[in-house]
Amino acid sequence: MRAFDYQRPESAEAATRAQSGAEARFIAGGTNLLDLMKLEIETPRTLIDISRLPLDGIAPTEAGGFSIGALVTNAALAADPSVRRLYPVLSRALLAGASGQLRNKATTGGNLLQRTRCYYFYNPATPCNKREPGSGCSAIGGHTRIHAILGTSPHCIATHPSDMAVAMMALEAEVEILGPDGQTRTIPLADLYRLPGDTPHIETSLAPGDLITAVILPPPPPGRQLYRKVRDRASYAFALVSVAAIIAMENGRISAARLAFGGLAPMPWRDREVEALLIGEAPSPALFAAAADRLLATARTEDGNAFKSPLARRTLASVLATACAGNS
Amino acid sequence: MNITFKMDEPVGSSLLDHTRQNVISRPIDRIEGPLKVAGRARYSAEFKFPGMVHGVLVGSTIPAGTITGINETRARALPGVLAVVTDYETFLRNPGQGLETEAPAQGVREIAYFGQPVALVVAETFEAARNAAGALDIAYAPAEARLDFRALQSEARPKESSQKSQGDLDRAMMDAAASIDAVWTTPSQNSAAMEPHASTALWEGDTLIVYGAYQMLSSDRQQLADALGLAPDKVRIIAHYVGGGFGAKLGISQESVAAALAARALNRPVQVVMTRQQVFEATVRRSETIQRVRLAAGADGRLTGIGHETITANLPDEDFSEPASASTQFLYGGEARRFGNSIVTLNQVLSASMRAPGEAVGMLALEGAMDELAEALDIDPVELRKRNLPPRHPMDDLPFSSRSLAECLDHGASAFGWADRNPRPANRREGEWWIGQGMAAAARSNMLITSSARVTLGTDSRALIETDMTDIGTGTYTILAQIAAEMLGLPVEAIDVHLGDTAFPAAAGSGGSFGAASAGTSVYLACKRLRETLAERIGATPEELVLSEGMARRGNAAKPFSELVTEPLVATATVEPGKTEENFVQAAFGAHFAEVGVHVHTGEIRVRRMHGTFAAGRILNEKTARSQCIGGMVFGIGTALTEELVHDTRLGTIVNHDLAEYHLPVHADVPRIDVVFLEERDHAANPLLAKGIGELGISGAGAAIANAVYNACGMRVRDFPLTLDKLIAHLPDPDAVQP
Repeated sequence: MRAFDYQRPESAEAATRAQSGAEARFIAGGTNLLDLMKLEIETPRTLIDISRLPLDGIAPTEAGGFSIGALVTNAALAADPSVRRLYPVLSRALLAGASGQLRNKATTGGNLLQRTRCYYFYNPATPCNKREPGSGCSAIGGHTRIHAILGTSPHCIATHPSDMAVAMMALEAEVEILGPDGQTRTIPLADLYRLPGDTPHIETSLAPGDLITAVILPPPPPGRQLYRKVRDRASYAFALVSVAAIIAMENGRISAARLAFGGLAPMPWRDREVEALLIGEAPSPALFAAAADRLLATARTEDGNAFKSPLARRTLASVLATACAGNS
Repeated sequence: MNITFKMDEPVGSSLLDHTRQNVISRPIDRIEGPLKVAGRARYSAEFKFPGMVHGVLVGSTIPAGTITGINETRARALPGVLAVVTDYETFLRNPGQGLETEAPAQGVREIAYFGQPVALVVAETFEAARNAAGALDIAYAPAEARLDFRALQSEARPKESSQKSQGDLDRAMMDAAASIDAVWTTPSQNSAAMEPHASTALWEGDTLIVYGAYQMLSSDRQQLADALGLAPDKVRIIAHYVGGGFGAKLGISQESVAAALAARALNRPVQVVMTRQQVFEATVRRSETIQRVRLAAGADGRLTGIGHETITANLPDEDFSEPASASTQFLYGGEARRFGNSIVTLNQVLSASMRAPGEAVGMLALEGAMDELAEALDIDPVELRKRNLPPRHPMDDLPFSSRSLAECLDHGASAFGWADRNPRPANRREGEWWIGQGMAAAARSNMLITSSARVTLGTDSRALIETDMTDIGTGTYTILAQIAAEMLGLPVEAIDVHLGDTAFPAAAGSGGSFGAASAGTSVYLACKRLRETLAERIGATPEELVLSEGMARRGNAAKPFSELVTEPLVATATVEPGKTEENFVQAAFGAHFAEVGVHVHTGEIRVRRMHGTFAAGRILNEKTARSQCIGGMVFGIGTALTEELVHDTRLGTIVNHDLAEYHLPVHADVPRIDVVFLEERDHAANPLLAKGIGELGISGAGAAIANAVYNACGMRVRDFPLTLDKLIAHLPDPDAVQP
């Protein structure tokens, strides 16, 4: 870990101004950043501690949804009675992530911005385009069990590891951002993330000084909400494949469908064509297979992650069957 | 009073069966437990001394080659940095193996594996040292590295001492009514102890004191002294508490030598704690294995031939080879037999003893093969095993010292409800899960290792045990106190146990499941000697003497210790292995039963319940023994389902070098586990009549799970761990199988 300066601004506005300088990082729970600093993968000159700013509330919005402060911990968000009642997919996704200790420290904003868990990204002795642009990707041709099959590029096949963000993607959450100019803007969560392309080190659309202050949940959509995470052990493992599903049925047919996927892509993955294919149809194994075909049409696999195609296919079928059953 | 006892003949009876204090075997809590939960049990990295500074090891970033230069400029310029310690000749290249008394491989200019420690950066704080370690510029001349085990398996060289053959196995296979000939593979693994390897070194004059996280202090002291060119009596190792070892701390590791050199150079105490990544990259692993098992049987299920041949890997000049057939050689009969290991030379970190070396992975293959044979012959797997228990060692023609395996199989089957199992695979479904049940035998050799202890009976009616035995989380403190309490007629609270210091008499150390019986016997013998003195003092024969509640009695005459012991009474006893280890097959046995669910869509495997019935001679503490078996069975879950140390075959790196990605079972993976011990005494093992139990729980546990997976879904996977990707391509169509 390199030596760094530490600042604790009194306001969000002061924090954004402080961070707009070079090589500064916000720190809240620190559950990912500190690990990366110990390995000198992150080497900020300045840490701006935002953990005591008043951004830890959960409040209803006029639109009928909820605003979740960026500093609400994963544990608090998962346990919030309104979230549990109205957004069970989110509560379940949170509880499927990390461990109790980590969820007590990790925050909503930090969770969105956690870095990939690519093994090679974490080993400074190996090339990584995300860590050192232009140095090459060690994962390609290497051990790729946890790597992406959708949205990748020849420069990077890392996944985004969050469970929470997958549920928020299905909920069509928006991200509230305070810029260093003092202006607040709100963007869809999908627009926060960038696919790797030839710049895998640029992961989000945030500019220097931008501070996520809240996540806005729209009113809960109709339908049954499920979060299914498939992983190598029963807890404390990142998703091989995860599915957030919100499915509504009318008269035996799917009337509304939202699906988001984790473990498959460099960002929480949503494919509206898959959803469109389901809407208006009666559930059947053939329909679910067609949805999986559509989802995986652009999949690009390595030897080590090729199993994710059949796994995603089978997990989707299982989730859809469960979501459609007993849901009228 | 010094006595030495050699285990040349079976002992007729043990005093522990006559003292009747109701202390031995009782499931009492660990006596050091309160210290541990209060954070007052100090581990090697928790000692602080005035002027102490911190060292961080720097590992090589290539897997093979030579260092051409080290540029210290950037590192030394950083704040707080005191020294860059390099010593190409003296630094350890590899950690040590267990029970070795000479230094492990030294010399670090040549690089043998990625992460090999080559230098130590010392600074005022750990953080400054770690920072500077990253700034040390090392130039290498890389050489071609041997990294791909499976690609190089044809180059394996036989380990001559392991080759054993009897009869004509090929003929037996041809003539068999049923036979199995298949290959099982197990991956590289890491012990993954919670406590990282750590040493705190300081010099007092010409004597080196190391607070080191080690399992076997007396041999570790010899290794360390040899590495540094010191006389053993100029080295003292202290390890009052060790946070797990599982084999990785049997020998010394690189941080001890580096810390000692740095402490001498700086004339200050130096603490070196390996990072978690360094523990994975630079200490000890279990080799990957390729195991060919052959079974030949008649229609009645009786084996006519058995073969178990194993390919493993190790560094150049290291000849440890995972003894996967260790228990295969005596567990089942069959006239024709062939065993042997061969070793592939690899530039991967040292392969050595880890958690039941041999059985932990060997039983996966053997007991998997037995399950396949049972199915081929349509014989119940429990019955098949019972039919094949040899009356004597099938090659050495030696008797078993004790073997309650048939009883374990019967008891376990009954307790588990084995009779209700449906032998047809993929035939029981609950919701989205196929349910299956499997079983396997457990076996683990028993050993006695030379061990000494000193017991002092004070004038205050308290006893003090001193030995350099370690407690690596197993319960050694507690069982030694129980043995002394039982023998001396004192409450456990009146026994002080001082362990983990080479200033005390040399013990066996913790390893190979021999610690409790070996160290326990030395305490037993010392207490027996004290009893003789007490008997003399009240005019009783040893047979007449009764000790209880701090009183010595002979018939109706009784005297308190306070009258009999006016000066502290000291007895030092040593036990040595003797002829009983040559004249008997000694092993602990058991039977594992497991029930698993396999998800019909995803292939996820979850263990639903496990049962183990074991017989291991006298159980010294039913609670700590049970905990040990549960721990072993949990590691069995890991061995079967989750653990795999992944080596990048291009770069030589260990891909998953932390506890987030090296998947041990977590709480949610561990179901209800029942453990039962059958009453047994082993008169050839030691005067306690006890056998080792530390590694019995893992032996066979993973095989029971794998066999249950087959019963659940009909998929026979012989490539461990059984991760869902190996099932998913072949799972039956979930919509076609109706419950």
